Amino acid sequence: MSETHAEGPDVSPGDALLDVIEPAPAAGSGEIHQVRDPLSWRSELRRQWGRRRTIWAFGLLLALPLVLVGSFAFGQRSSNSRGGASTRIFDLAQSGAANFSLVLVFLASELLLVLLAALFCGDAVPSEASWSSLRYLLIAPVQRARLLTSKLAIGIASTLVATVLLPAWGLLVGGVAYGWDPLTNPLGENLSWGQFLPRLALAMAYIFVTLLPIAAIAFWIGTRSDAPLAAVGGAVLVSILLNILDQLDALDPYRNAFPGHYSRAWQDALAVSPDYTDMVHGALWALVWAVAFTMLAYRRFRRSDILS
Amino acid sequence: MSVRASLLAALVLGSSLAMAPAPAALAADPVSPEATTVPVGAEPDGTAVRLDVSVWPQSSGKHPVVLLAHGFGGTKDSVTSQANDLHDRGYVVIAWSARGHGASGGRIHLNDPAYEIADARTLLDLAAKRSDVELDGPGDPRAGVMGASYGGALALMLAGSDRRVDGVVSAITWNDLADAFFPQAAVTKPATTAAGRSPIDVVGPFKQVWATNFFLSALRGGQGAGTGAADCGRFDPTICRLFVQASETGTASPQLTTLLRAHSPKPTMNAVTAPTFLVQGVGDSLFGLDQADANASALAASGTPYAVRWSDGGHDAPSTHEAEEVEASYTWLDHYVRDKGARGSALPTAAFTYGTPAGRAGQPTTLHTLTAYPGLSGAALRTRELPLTTTSGALLHPPGGQPASLIAVPGLAALGVSLSTYQIAALPGQSTALDTQPVAEAETVVGSPTMRLTVTSDAPDVTLFASVWRVTGGSVTLTNPLVAPVRLTVTPGRPTPVTISLPAATYDLPAGTRWRVLLTSTESTYSNSRTPSGIRISGASALTLPVATGAAVDGAVAGGVDTETLLASGALAVLLLAALAGWFVRRRRRMHLPARPDLADVPLVIEGLVKTYADGHRAVDDVSWRAEKGQVVGLLGPNGAGKTTTMRMVMGLISSDAGSVHVLGEPVSAGSRVLGRVGALIEGPGFLPHLTGRQNLEAYWSATGRDPEDAHIAEALDVAALGGAVDRPVKSYSHGMKQRLGIAQAMLGLPELLILDEPTNGLDPPQIAAMRPILRRYAETGRTVVVSSHLLAEVEMTCTHVVVMHAGRVITQGPVAELVDSDDTTILDLPEHVAHDVVSAGVHALEAAGGVTEVRVDTPTRIVVVADRGRAEVVAAAVSAGLPVVGVSSRRHLEEVFLGVISSASAPGAAGEPGDEGASLVERLRQVRAR
Repeated sequence: MSETHAEGPDVSPGDALLDVIEPAPAAGSGEIHQVRDPLSWRSELRRQWGRRRTIWAFGLLLALPLVLVGSFAFGQRSSNSRGGASTRIFDLAQSGAANFSLVLVFLASELLLVLLAALFCGDAVPSEASWSSLRYLLIAPVQRARLLTSKLAIGIASTLVATVLLPAWGLLVGGVAYGWDPLTNPLGENLSWGQFLPRLALAMAYIFVTLLPIAAIAFWIGTRSDAPLAAVGGAVLVSILLNILDQLDALDPYRNAFPGHYSRAWQDALAVSPDYTDMVHGALWALVWAVAFTMLAYRRFRRSDILS
Repeated sequence: MSVRASLLAALVLGSSLAMAPAPAALAADPVSPEATTVPVGAEPDGTAVRLDVSVWPQSSGKHPVVLLAHGFGGTKDSVTSQANDLHDRGYVVIAWSARGHGASGGRIHLNDPAYEIADARTLLDLAAKRSDVELDGPGDPRAGVMGASYGGALALMLAGSDRRVDGVVSAITWNDLADAFFPQAAVTKPATTAAGRSPIDVVGPFKQVWATNFFLSALRGGQGAGTGAADCGRFDPTICRLFVQASETGTASPQLTTLLRAHSPKPTMNAVTAPTFLVQGVGDSLFGLDQADANASALAASGTPYAVRWSDGGHDAPSTHEAEEVEASYTWLDHYVRDKGARGSALPTAAFTYGTPAGRAGQPTTLHTLTAYPGLSGAALRTRELPLTTTSGALLHPPGGQPASLIAVPGLAALGVSLSTYQIAALPGQSTALDTQPVAEAETVVGSPTMRLTVTSDAPDVTLFASVWRVTGGSVTLTNPLVAPVRLTVTPGRPTPVTISLPAATYDLPAGTRWRVLLTSTESTYSNSRTPSGIRISGASALTLPVATGAAVDGAVAGGVDTETLLASGALAVLLLAALAGWFVRRRRRMHLPARPDLADVPLVIEGLVKTYADGHRAVDDVSWRAEKGQVVGLLGPNGAGKTTTMRMVMGLISSDAGSVHVLGEPVSAGSRVLGRVGALIEGPGFLPHLTGRQNLEAYWSATGRDPEDAHIAEALDVAALGGAVDRPVKSYSHGMKQRLGIAQAMLGLPELLILDEPTNGLDPPQIAAMRPILRRYAETGRTVVVSSHLLAEVEMTCTHVVVMHAGRVITQGPVAELVDSDDTTILDLPEHVAHDVVSAGVHALEAAGGVTEVRVDTPTRIVVVADRGRAEVVAAAVSAGLPVVGVSSRRHLEEVFLGVISSASAPGAAGEPGDEGASLVERLRQVRAR
């Protein structure tokens, strides 16, 4: 390997550096000039933005409504069989933008958004560890807590963007494909656009909050493991396990506290006369778990020896 | 999204609510009841009857008594928990198994005034004789009576026949049993009360399924078929025969109608003077709200104080406010029986309480109250008209009555309204749907909607079942699983007008929804005629809806729900407080190790550093050294000597167990700011693979948060000498390119201390050679470079100072020149091909010379002499010993120093065999160098 230097053979590499270098400052005068906090959110965002996983995640999110529209168009060709309730849901999805986006949220909130939350928050730290760049961040120096805060902030922000993008894009695609009809609820409750949009925003805010425990668990595992897959997979596994436990009636009422127990309570927000009790419970429990696991992550990372 | 996977959950929730008795009183030491048997009137055939009775006594004083009646098919044990509750509230409680039930004798007469009601009067006599029972007068105990369903009717009938009763609680029961089993929703006039129904004089269709259930529940409790009349169990043979007959024909015989009517509160309702609390369920297709309405109307007519509470439970579903309903019942008894509340006093509970459906299945209803039962306060019933868009239709009654529409699917209420049953209710050809216009303004319907329509049939006997559905978008849902059966006797072909009272319930009417009145010719829970007919519906009028706006009851929703909110917010608050406290404590404790101003001029001072890993391996053991300005310090040591661990501790990546690291006088811990003045390459470079080399350096510098102008990225990239590759993603780089980029990254910002761990890894000899002057000249600017390596020649050529580590300890350190230079050592070079014996003879002679401490043959052409004497004398001695010396030098190679100190460090006691030790170390070193 022999790269020829641009400035000719007589100039050896490093000369440029040695040209600009000045004698070391005297003791005490070599203060470091900070223009920003270490690992500012902007710089962390730049670290995550161009990554393939980020592009894939958002690409999938954006493709999902298009795939739905495509498959609905495909399905129409087949004879209209006597469908069950699920068929009615998909029929309903084609009745307008509001219904379409709601069905989209319904489909995605179960797994896709959970997965994305786990990915955005769980992968941030271990991916740096697996590239060996974590230690260079820490000696830059970025304080341990600061590093976690930046990583978590960007992870959460990415999750939020995904949560907002999903229904918004769904509304747009649904509107273009099926028209701009307001919500017709299968439970027999219609909402006008003026009612629907704030309720949808509320529902999405709730879904976002219920994603936080999984994000925090993924984040916590991420501080314990150098493998991004372990963090994301671990968190998803935890969520699946909790879902299974949630089915056990023997655990009533303790299961109410499980993250994910109230994961469908967002549908309450879309009733004509909404009952927010479950949403309040769900949001509170979600925050409890999110805070608990975030604390664990900080506690762990602050003390751990970085051997990656 | 209507199909939520919570159907199962709803079922479970429903059943758990039904079973939750909320036995708060159990804690208060339940009194064991006195069990006794009481002789009562004999059966018609003369058989003596004794009732199985339990009395919960009071230990002292005089107390009111409550007769606690159980439901059909139950026993006195079914009411134990209520008995305990009432006992705790200061009552003597009498519970008994009704005639034909449990351990009591006799047969079931269905609340016959001559038997069951007379039995209850006997129990009142019994109470009057008890010493712990308070009396209003001789033989007149202060008494309340409470019961549900079968027991509820008994309570009303007892109060209607015995003036000694001072208070009544009657739940989910009937007013007219004939009307309950043969309901007729065709009415003579529009209702004047909420759920009022004044049926026409035609007996309605037979409620087959409920009647059979009623029978079976008594048979199950009976003693089997061997007790007399075939398969009548413990039923009175007359009643049994009439019921069986009705089941076979599907119509009521006049005897049965007369009998059922007599076994009802209706005939004696006017005589009830005791204040009465009526609880009736919306979820009750057996005894509908119209039954309670009739009871309430009778009480209102006679001026008896009463209150009505509509529950969302009933015979079909558990109530979601069960505990509150029970509590309200106790309050009623407390007021009128225990506390002797005057008849004119304010009611202890709202005169009318009803619930509106919750937003979701399984949730408690929202309770509302009114100051009077609608239509009974003197003011007219508030109604609204809802016009129809469909006013006519036709339907067939199928031959044989099959298939039958499924509307009032038993138990559906427990599932909520999320499942549409429209397809199995509206059978094609056998039903007509009459749709209303969309509701303009949301309203709550409380009671029984009515409508008028005209029926034309080709048969004289017409049966219709009306149910109320809600239409939204494309979906049709049953608001309440109730039907209003209509049976008419018409002249075939002649239009007959009829007014229909639709099922009484509470209905939410959201704006924008339509209502649909579904008329079907069959209903599966009824006995359907087997004769086919065709029916035409025309001229349907607008719906008349009784509406109400009650005051919402708070607290009902808050109750048990808030516990969870409280718990969760408590947990959250505790966590947040803990986090805050932890933050403060850490902030306090972050009183960094004191700075050392005396070391402010020394780039790196390491003192007493110790690190033991979790597995017990002591990687670094009491390591101390320092690097001064302008020095290039080489950290030497074999693999596993602790070099990298030391460097990680220097950079704060791992914590030390003891000792300290000071950079320019500042103590170093994780993330110390002073690390900004250190650049490092530790154990290989680390880059974001998707970014280019240049972007990586920019990203790194951006992470430091420092001024981009201080970075000198272009110059650093020049060190890396990557050429055009700087703008390619790092993942395409070779190992050497990454290594050079790593060195460049360490040099970003021209740090005062540059720490490079194995910088020559992956570099080829020309690149290594190019790196050498850069590091030297870097140090010459007054900065400091620390290089760890196991390439001894490299260190010797690059470094000014060296620290040698072995097995976690520093074994020697100092300037390279001093280490390799020594006064007492002389190296003699011999020519090639010197005879072996000449050399060995010379060596022996030299060893014998005075002042010579050691003579070693390094190679056949090289002899190392350690002596106290001057070098000139050593050379002279060698020459005189016959050695053909061609060269003399004072300088050892670093390798020798290294091997020497390592061997002495690893084998301090094995000095006797230096040759072997040296040989094995040389071998080890070769292996190291070969890597």
